[in-house]
Amino acid sequence: MNSIAVTAEGVGDSSAVGNREALDIHDHADVSGYETIGWPFVDDPKMSARNVNVYYGDKQAIHNVSLDIGKNEVIAMIGPSGCGKSTFLRTFNRMNDIIPGCRMEGNIHLDQEDVYHGGQDTVMLRARVGMVFQKPNPFPKSIYENVAYGARIHGLAHTKADLDEIVEKSLRRASLFEEVKDLLDQPGTGLSGGQQQRLCIARAIAVSPEVILMDEPCSALDPIATARIEELIDELKERYTIAIVTHSMQQAARVSQRTAYFHLGKLIEVGPTKQVFTMPRHELTENYITGRFG
Amino acid sequence: MSNQDSYKNTEVIQASLKKRYAREKRFQWYGRLAVLTGFAFLFILLFDIVSKGYPAFTQQYIQLSVDFDADRLGVEPGASSEALYQADYLGVVKASLRQMFPEASGRQEKRQLYRLISIGAEYQLRDYVIDNPQVIGKTQDIWLMAHSEAGAYLKGQVTREIPETDRRVKDTQMQWLDSLAQQGRTESRFNTLFFSTGDSREPELAGIKAALYGSFFTLLVTFLLAFPIGVFAAVYLEEFAPRNRLTDLIEININNLAAVPSIVFGLLGLAVFINFFELPRSAPLVGGIVLSLMTLPTIIITSRAAIQSVSPSIRQAALGVGASPLQTVFHHVLPVAMPGILTGSIIGMAQALGESAPLLMIGMVAFIMDVPGGVTDPATVLPVQIFLWADSPERGFMEKTSAAIMVLMGFLIVMNALAIYLRKRFELK
Amino acid sequence: MQTSTVFLVLIALTFVSFIAGRKRSHKVAMAMGEGGMSLLHSLPKHYGYMAGLWAALPALLLLVLWVGFEPRVIHKLVVEELPVAVQQLPHSELGLYYNQIVSYASGSSDADLLDQAQVSAADHYLELKSTSGVMKALLVALVAVIGGVLAVQRVTPALRARNHVESICKWILFACSFIAVLITLGIVLSVLFEALRFFQTIPLTDFLFGLQWSPQMAIRIDQVAASGSFGFVPLLVGTLLISMVAMVIAVPVGLMSAIYLSEYASRRFRAVTKPVLEILAGVPTVVYGFFAALTVAPFIRNLGESLGLTVASESALAAGIVMGIMIIPFVMSLSDDIINAVPDTMREASLGMGATMNETIRKVLIPAALPGIVGGILLAVSRAIGETMIVVMAAGLSAKLTANPLEAVTTITVQIVTLLVGDQEFDSPKTLAAFALGLVLFFVTLLLNVVALYVVRKYREQYE
Repeated sequence: MNSIAVTAEGVGDSSAVGNREALDIHDHADVSGYETIGWPFVDDPKMSARNVNVYYGDKQAIHNVSLDIGKNEVIAMIGPSGCGKSTFLRTFNRMNDIIPGCRMEGNIHLDQEDVYHGGQDTVMLRARVGMVFQKPNPFPKSIYENVAYGARIHGLAHTKADLDEIVEKSLRRASLFEEVKDLLDQPGTGLSGGQQQRLCIARAIAVSPEVILMDEPCSALDPIATARIEELIDELKERYTIAIVTHSMQQAARVSQRTAYFHLGKLIEVGPTKQVFTMPRHELTENYITGRFG
Repeated sequence: MSNQDSYKNTEVIQASLKKRYAREKRFQWYGRLAVLTGFAFLFILLFDIVSKGYPAFTQQYIQLSVDFDADRLGVEPGASSEALYQADYLGVVKASLRQMFPEASGRQEKRQLYRLISIGAEYQLRDYVIDNPQVIGKTQDIWLMAHSEAGAYLKGQVTREIPETDRRVKDTQMQWLDSLAQQGRTESRFNTLFFSTGDSREPELAGIKAALYGSFFTLLVTFLLAFPIGVFAAVYLEEFAPRNRLTDLIEININNLAAVPSIVFGLLGLAVFINFFELPRSAPLVGGIVLSLMTLPTIIITSRAAIQSVSPSIRQAALGVGASPLQTVFHHVLPVAMPGILTGSIIGMAQALGESAPLLMIGMVAFIMDVPGGVTDPATVLPVQIFLWADSPERGFMEKTSAAIMVLMGFLIVMNALAIYLRKRFELK
Repeated sequence: MQTSTVFLVLIALTFVSFIAGRKRSHKVAMAMGEGGMSLLHSLPKHYGYMAGLWAALPALLLLVLWVGFEPRVIHKLVVEELPVAVQQLPHSELGLYYNQIVSYASGSSDADLLDQAQVSAADHYLELKSTSGVMKALLVALVAVIGGVLAVQRVTPALRARNHVESICKWILFACSFIAVLITLGIVLSVLFEALRFFQTIPLTDFLFGLQWSPQMAIRIDQVAASGSFGFVPLLVGTLLISMVAMVIAVPVGLMSAIYLSEYASRRFRAVTKPVLEILAGVPTVVYGFFAALTVAPFIRNLGESLGLTVASESALAAGIVMGIMIIPFVMSLSDDIINAVPDTMREASLGMGATMNETIRKVLIPAALPGIVGGILLAVSRAIGETMIVVMAAGLSAKLTANPLEAVTTITVQIVTLLVGDQEFDSPKTLAAFALGLVLFFVTLLLNVVALYVVRKYREQYE
């Protein structure tokens, strides 16, 4: 089994990548005797993770997880807090690289391309795999500048008209345009929580990513704002592949086609959402679904 | 369609990557350069001081065979100490120089000859003769302090390459010094005088003892005032102050005082302590008071931080067994916070030790030869001594200035190291 | 009597009162019969503390006031006894005359310098001094004894001695913190008072808008020298010029170092580098002054000459550069704090979109931190304006209205020092001008600090 170990370093520091070493999962005693139940693999994956282990210093956060994300599907990752679902999500666009002391083993592919391969750079990767965070985090700039940011840094627009078009299109796709079209020069931080989160989604899709990673995007929002985001996710899956981490089982049931259940850094069970929620096959999954712990 | 967008974007981004990574590299280099610049400044500063200052720790001596001729000294053999005290030692030194270098003729040349030896030699001989009156009438080889200019030549700081008009050591003097060196009559010793005398008009006789004592007395006053007042004020503000306008006023004042230029404290000292209360000028007492006003904000702010960091459970435990708030603070909170308070106080004292501007205002710039014996004697402090010497044109003083700076920095390093040590121990708990 | 002796006596009396208070509490408790001790409200030592404090505090206050005002009162009394002709001398000459009396009386000068009136005045001085010493000792002891006795007499089992002592202690603590207010008040009053006297001779407008600064005044009346001009503008320009040079050095180096150390450098590199750079902040300013005057200034002049430029040997550039070096760590640690206050979610958002670190820093972090950075720079400017020793040693003395950093300029602080160092008559406009400058300096730095602290606080609140 070949794999790549990556030491977390400054972003864009490609020299840190490519330190190849053999992976021996049997070194980790607690991994033995655990096997993911269900169907982690799909026929035509957009992204795929194989034998992923993540460490924070000496502590192992993810144990030998393999999982595919299918094209234009919404996959939900659920599990009790501290189960590693966010950490796992962040491996897909290498956001763990910026955490000092964080180390990853295994491989992740985006369209058959090795994400942790030496030649792959994070700038490109993250432009293709966007991310929406737990807390709405608009920049302290105008709404327009927030959305235009990605296009500006990546040089995607050559004229002001191009940029205007990108901003408008992204805000429309994030179903925010009608609400803010007269406020484009107002600071993004002045919007309500739900609007801010949609602004962050608009910002993410402005660079036309192929995959959007959402890390508990509704945890800081009220139920009405949450419902709007969920609707939005449903619309977005037409164009984008979405992986969403959530602690709300209802949300996972509402928005996703497939669901992966994590427990203490291990991927316990994966399957079509309906099946995981109605007929969980693993005891831990069942306990979680039925609310015995959470 | 999004996938087409993505594909197009991928190409655009791919094309721009090289440039962006180059910019990233460049930016990192700016950062490294900035850090390096800081390092370079520090290194140049320290190197400059040390390279200028280290020769001051040695003093050149010249051995003369001195003829203690009673007539020339103007004393009878067996004369009393008082008579010996008045004797003409300068004449004896001059005579032995003339004897060693009979070729020196004419007033000009003779004066140059006499300038080989420090005028301090006179006192050196006087003390020697008073201790050993039996030498009168005999000739003896004696090591005498070299004049600072001659010393500079012997140390190799002045060379023949410099045009004669640009240096104070003339060619003839260099020849004499060379011949003395050949006869083994020159010697370099550790300069103990630098640590054991006060200021002097002659570089080779000037020392920092008076300034060190002045600094000591000044800091003593500063500490005795600023430490208790600062700690008490911090205790009040952290533990007892009610939330009201007066407390706000006090806090605003403390924060602003921390940023008031030090020279303004000097003006305060001049107007209030010297002119209004008519306390003595140039005294460590007033200097200490002024510096304590200046260090007070530092001590209050750091002490408050230290008191704040004491866990509330200690307070609750003490209050729970019936201790009054005051007892809680003085028996339980302060002992725990003490290392932090001491750290802050030492840093405050280090600032006070290096401070000179406000002391200029209250007259601590006097020329002080005598070591002060108390807080009301005229005194100067080490940084002000540095300031005074830095103004002197003689190259000997430049050396002394740098050496005094080295001593001052040595004290500061020790104080800061102590503070860091205390903080480390505090953090471990 | 020596103040230190009186002080020792006071300590002894305090101790006696402590013992007496404690004893008395025992006695009254015993008088209550069996178990009387438990009827005492406080522990015996608290009654002792109370008596001790009552003995010490009023007497100590008296002693401090006495010592503070004694020279002033004696001065007044001695001068009143002087011949009328002498009393009518100008203030400064009278001061000199009086100083001679004092130095003769304290045995540090010979009688042959003095006239007859001075010798007798010296006797009078010594007499007053010894009377004052005796009275001081007696009064302090009396107050201490009265305080102690009163406190001891009040001791009854019901007396809440502990609360009493604690409330006194709290008042002492309060007094200590109130000193901060008194210091500010002292600064404002002393500087303002002298400055107002200055503005009585020199109109405020001349001072604020005058373009000429040459405070040399005629020392004797027959000298032709002009009455001196006190235009503040050249000093302000000089101060700002040097401060600007300092900022040009300190801001880029400090800011970039902070950015590099907080965003790029490894933890180990940071742990070593930061303290080393902070040494620059601990170097005494007099050392910087020496470095500026003897190393940097000649270097710059030689460099300029080799380029065919005329550089003054006390150029603003040299002083400014060295001041900039001094301020680097200050800017660095302020920027560090401020950049770290930008929430990590901002970094993640930007990096998560594929921005490189420098794009994140330049386009997100710095704009977000800008108010804080501006506040920090204002604090640094206020530092530079108030810095004294570097400019005293390395900047010029003559006030020149120029914006050329290669020329020598002078600053507010340099002028304060030159006007006040050395033997000065205290009443001439020349000396008073220093206080006017001090007033300006105080308020300018105060204003800068208040604005800067306000900006920084607002900035921090934004992210809390």
